[in-house]
Amino acid sequence: MKGSLVIIGFFILGIICGVTDIIPAEVLEGNISLYTLCALMFCVGVSIGNDPDSISSFRQLPRRLTLLPIATILGTWAALVVVNLLLDFRTTQQCYAVGSGFGYYSLSSIFITEYMGAELGTLALLTNIARELLTLLAAPLLVKYFGPLSLISAGGATTMDTVLPSVIRYSGKQYAILSIYQGFVVDFSVPFMVTFFCTI
Amino acid sequence: MFIVIAMMFGGIAFGYLMRRHRFTHIGRVTIFFIWILLFVLGVEVGGNPNIIKSLHTLGVEAIFIAGMSILGSAIAAMLLWKNVKKNEEKSKDNER
Repeated sequence: MKGSLVIIGFFILGIICGVTDIIPAEVLEGNISLYTLCALMFCVGVSIGNDPDSISSFRQLPRRLTLLPIATILGTWAALVVVNLLLDFRTTQQCYAVGSGFGYYSLSSIFITEYMGAELGTLALLTNIARELLTLLAAPLLVKYFGPLSLISAGGATTMDTVLPSVIRYSGKQYAILSIYQGFVVDFSVPFMVTFFCTI
Repeated sequence: MFIVIAMMFGGIAFGYLMRRHRFTHIGRVTIFFIWILLFVLGVEVGGNPNIIKSLHTLGVEAIFIAGMSILGSAIAAMLLWKNVKKNEEKSKDNER
């Protein structure tokens, strides 16, 4: 939670610098953000490849529950059909690119800014921050009305870090590994899904 | 742009080959890059009066998309949960 606030802080600091013209937008016209994005993705890769437990510890899960990330993704995509119908000023491509961040706001907003511009990047940032915060707020209600898996599903990519304590508290301790597994799989899929919806 | 995803696979390969060496500070480096990128996004947003003007409508839109996505995923998870439960009961019956 504190980490998310610091990240939002940097975004707001950037807005202030942009509005007051302390840093003119021309400075950013080079490829700074693309190079930084490459460096970031390399680091994300290293942290996955460097952790020997990240893949092997998921083998003990009941086989049917390993389908949970697929349920998460299909559930969100089904909901985006409705979103797309109601927000008729957005294209299908835009709705799916923004919605396929699954709460991974840092990466998805950066990707969407690169592909579709700053307005959609901002919408992606706000949408995916909202997904994380709403999941944290609604956690007890989700578990009560939709069962223990729903909280993990709602959290999307954030269930291996920020939403994990809520999962342990409201769904139960036995769901911790499933929660990490689901966060890992969705986290890993976000760059592919966002790139896919941005480039089709 | 696929170079970005290629960088991730490069990182996975590098991290795996170097697995004898633990990169304990990689998380902090990652967060540092995220800070830079979000700051840059902020500067871009701040320098664009059209986005600043529509920031509150973007906020409402964001909450709507997020809320619907959560609901959709929660319903899909509930269906999977019911399916798993039914299957457990069936296998218990078979054991008897």
